[in-house]
Amino acid sequence: MKRISTSVVGLFVLISGLHAQTKISGRVFDMSKHPVAGANVYIKDSYDGSSTSADGTFSFSAADTGKATLVVSMITYEQWEKTVWLKGTDLVFNISVKESANQLKTVVISAGTIEASDEKKVTVLKPLDIVTTAGAQGDITGALKTLPGTQQVGESEGLFVRGGTGNETKTIIDGMVVAKPYFTGIPDIAARGRFSPFLFKGTVFSTGGYSAQYGQAMSSALVLETQDLPDRSSATAAVTSVGVGAGINKLSKDSTASIGGDFNYTDLGPYYKLVPQEVSWNTTPIFAGGSLNFRKKISDTGILKFYGYGNYSQLGVVRPNLDSTNGYQDHFELRNQNYYTNLTYKDNLNDHLKYYVGASYSYNQDDLKPDNLHIINTNQLSQGKLLFTRSFGSLSLLRFGGEFQNNRDISNFSSPYYSNKYDITDNYSAGILETDLYLSSKIVARIGGRAEYSSLQKRSNIAPRTSVAFKTSSNSQVSFAYGDFYERPVTQYLFEQPTLNYERATHYILNFQHVEENRTFRVEAYYKKYTELVTSLPTNPLMPQDSIHNAGSGYARGVELFWRDKKTFRNWDYWVSYSYLDTKRQFQNYPSMVEPTFATPHTASLVVKRFFPSILVNLGATYTYATGRPYFNPNNPVFLGDHTPDYHKVGITGSYVRKFGNTFSVFVIGVDNVLGRNNIYGYRYSTDGSRSEAVTATAARMYFVGVFLSFGIDRTQDVLNNN
Amino acid sequence: MNTNKLFLLTIATALSLQVFGQNKRYLSSMEKNLQMMDTCKTLSSYQQTANAFERVANAEKKEWLPSYYLALCNAFMAGMSSGDKIDEYCDISEKYAVKADTLSPNNSEVYALRALIYSMRIGVNPMLRGAKFGGKSAEMTAKAKELDPNNPRPYLLQGQNKFYTPEQFGGGKERALPLLEEAVRKFDNFKPASPIAPNWGKQRAKQMLEECRKK
Repeated sequence: MKRISTSVVGLFVLISGLHAQTKISGRVFDMSKHPVAGANVYIKDSYDGSSTSADGTFSFSAADTGKATLVVSMITYEQWEKTVWLKGTDLVFNISVKESANQLKTVVISAGTIEASDEKKVTVLKPLDIVTTAGAQGDITGALKTLPGTQQVGESEGLFVRGGTGNETKTIIDGMVVAKPYFTGIPDIAARGRFSPFLFKGTVFSTGGYSAQYGQAMSSALVLETQDLPDRSSATAAVTSVGVGAGINKLSKDSTASIGGDFNYTDLGPYYKLVPQEVSWNTTPIFAGGSLNFRKKISDTGILKFYGYGNYSQLGVVRPNLDSTNGYQDHFELRNQNYYTNLTYKDNLNDHLKYYVGASYSYNQDDLKPDNLHIINTNQLSQGKLLFTRSFGSLSLLRFGGEFQNNRDISNFSSPYYSNKYDITDNYSAGILETDLYLSSKIVARIGGRAEYSSLQKRSNIAPRTSVAFKTSSNSQVSFAYGDFYERPVTQYLFEQPTLNYERATHYILNFQHVEENRTFRVEAYYKKYTELVTSLPTNPLMPQDSIHNAGSGYARGVELFWRDKKTFRNWDYWVSYSYLDTKRQFQNYPSMVEPTFATPHTASLVVKRFFPSILVNLGATYTYATGRPYFNPNNPVFLGDHTPDYHKVGITGSYVRKFGNTFSVFVIGVDNVLGRNNIYGYRYSTDGSRSEAVTATAARMYFVGVFLSFGIDRTQDVLNNN
Repeated sequence: MNTNKLFLLTIATALSLQVFGQNKRYLSSMEKNLQMMDTCKTLSSYQQTANAFERVANAEKKEWLPSYYLALCNAFMAGMSSGDKIDEYCDISEKYAVKADTLSPNNSEVYALRALIYSMRIGVNPMLRGAKFGGKSAEMTAKAKELDPNNPRPYLLQGQNKFYTPEQFGGGKERALPLLEEAVRKFDNFKPASPIAPNWGKQRAKQMLEECRKK
């Protein structure tokens, strides 16, 4: 019996022995030695612990003995853990915790980049800003033209960035290049972008120095990312001064898949009857098209996206023939068909390895009838891309992959006297290798490049890309970017001379930016060197291909400023941008190195928005100024020696949001060039130079009125309404 | 008595005492923390309470209530913050709400909590987020009501959402009034399942109801 009681006592002693108290105390600091208050310090898997006080100190007793894990956890800091031995003797710790790498505190590569995103916090723009910018008329390009680096080129479509042509900007949707992002325009009349800003959740507009992921763009990359699954099923309808549209988006019951589509019909005929046009339209512009989309969550991290777009458009103008003395007119007719499809899948293979796979097919046909000529240009682009992202450390990553494009261009030219056909196919492949190396959360270096090969040109290149960004304070940073950017010459030259070399631009960019929650200041200086530009000064008119060479060159340099402030004046939001550009080039048929027709030294924009929350009205105005641009005057012995007058444009817009029953309605009214200033983009001359005509917008002012309706069509919406 | 039997009995008693002690410790810790939560007025006091719940959650891996309250404290802290801080607190809150949901699936209280988190997120940018997170919050309250029609908290949250939604978007005091009346009625009849089960919001509901009745 005695033996038993001894063992029982022994057992209790053993159990209570486990409860011997160890006093743990100390202080918690951050990396800059400031005390961290409110941090949770505890022994893992036990009740024992305490919060740090205002001076970062803590003290508590741990009941367990033996090996244990001491944990410090605190919001916005990385969790700290350490193995400790609890033996009843006091333990004292001085602990440094690291701020967790969130977007606000981590340096990002910002040279050349302007981003609009709902998800990321540090961005210059929100996607909604694109829609509410006056003068942009809901066009992505229109809104981007209020940002630094862009030129106000009103007579042709596209983004003309830092002395580059519109062709030097590439549009990319979900990683896939869009061959024809703009509607086909008529000479001297700019066309809009094809895609609605509502499609996208994020926009990155890069004016130089961009990642090795993007190639074949010498000046700029516009990277668009489509929406994920919608929040709920809905139907939309729109009636505007220029057309009608309707769409539907259905979310599956378990919210893992959605399917949607829309249809749009735009006819400018009725509008042109009300608002007289400077241009005489033989065929008033009509655009009819639609899109389909499908999204499916395959796994927790994987999403499959499909987007398909199709559109038909027709337009035609009649202009006086400047060479004719008896009233002869030039006719120009255009019919366009365009299809774009995009299928992508993104997922994580494991915690460290993500992949992206995408495929796309697009088709474009322009059927052009200038007078008695007939030209049919067809482009087909098939592409595939595979990209892996391997993360290492807490922030660094390695990107590698490749892309392939099959690009076919066919041109059929016929006139009553002569016909000709071109048909070229290029198999283009590229490899991508790039690393974002974080030396700390304050310094990042992006080092990499891409290698490309074109089967048509039989040429290859290696384009190095490097950026460095350094955080100078909690809200500001300095970045530098350098890189080589190659682009294949425009198709018309490749038809004649398929083995031309790539045109090439080298960028050097220095950027400083200060971003607070509602204020952004950004200044950027750059130097861009162009080499291998294609020149085509005819030396022998019978052998035009002999005159096409990579013999041109040029440069662009400048300074840009951007300031946005949503804070100083309540409910006001404004931004100012200014671009200084000094550029000259010799290319195409330029006989010497001159400032090109699409560039001007000074461009400035002021965008102002005022929101009236009590009545849910948004008002906005945009003012844009640019100095004159060079134009060709055959009477001036100096090539491009004449300049247009300065450009001034004021656009205004107003919108009102209202909910009727289960329908959200947005009323929009806008006037572009409200002051009616006759902005001249250039002049057309008769061959002998004796007669000329100004190239202007098609009307002094552009008016827009629209109603956009959105109906919720599922239970959620009923829930919202019944309550 | 057989020696071995006694020995085994001793061990069994000792162990069950341990387990019982553990359970008692859980209840008393939770009660103490809940008292602490009731007196919280500042961010730092909520942080301390949240930390205390985090430690219980860390020790009691099978209990949903510590995670629930940890999430709730963070949601309240989000409500006391502005800008990006709101999202930081909501991210933590959501993480533990999801954990609570895993430990106690189809729980009306957890759905109400998730509705609260979504409505807190609207505060970051009501213009951009109103429709999206308002809709998600409504989805969660609907589910919470379906799972337990006697739970007053989904009614409070719905009333609160209506209260802060502009009239032009179908909100306003008038529309919030019947919901808050219903919430207060349900609060008056509500009996929590245990001393540590969710039992918050009555005071808030009464205050808001008074606001609504003011002209």
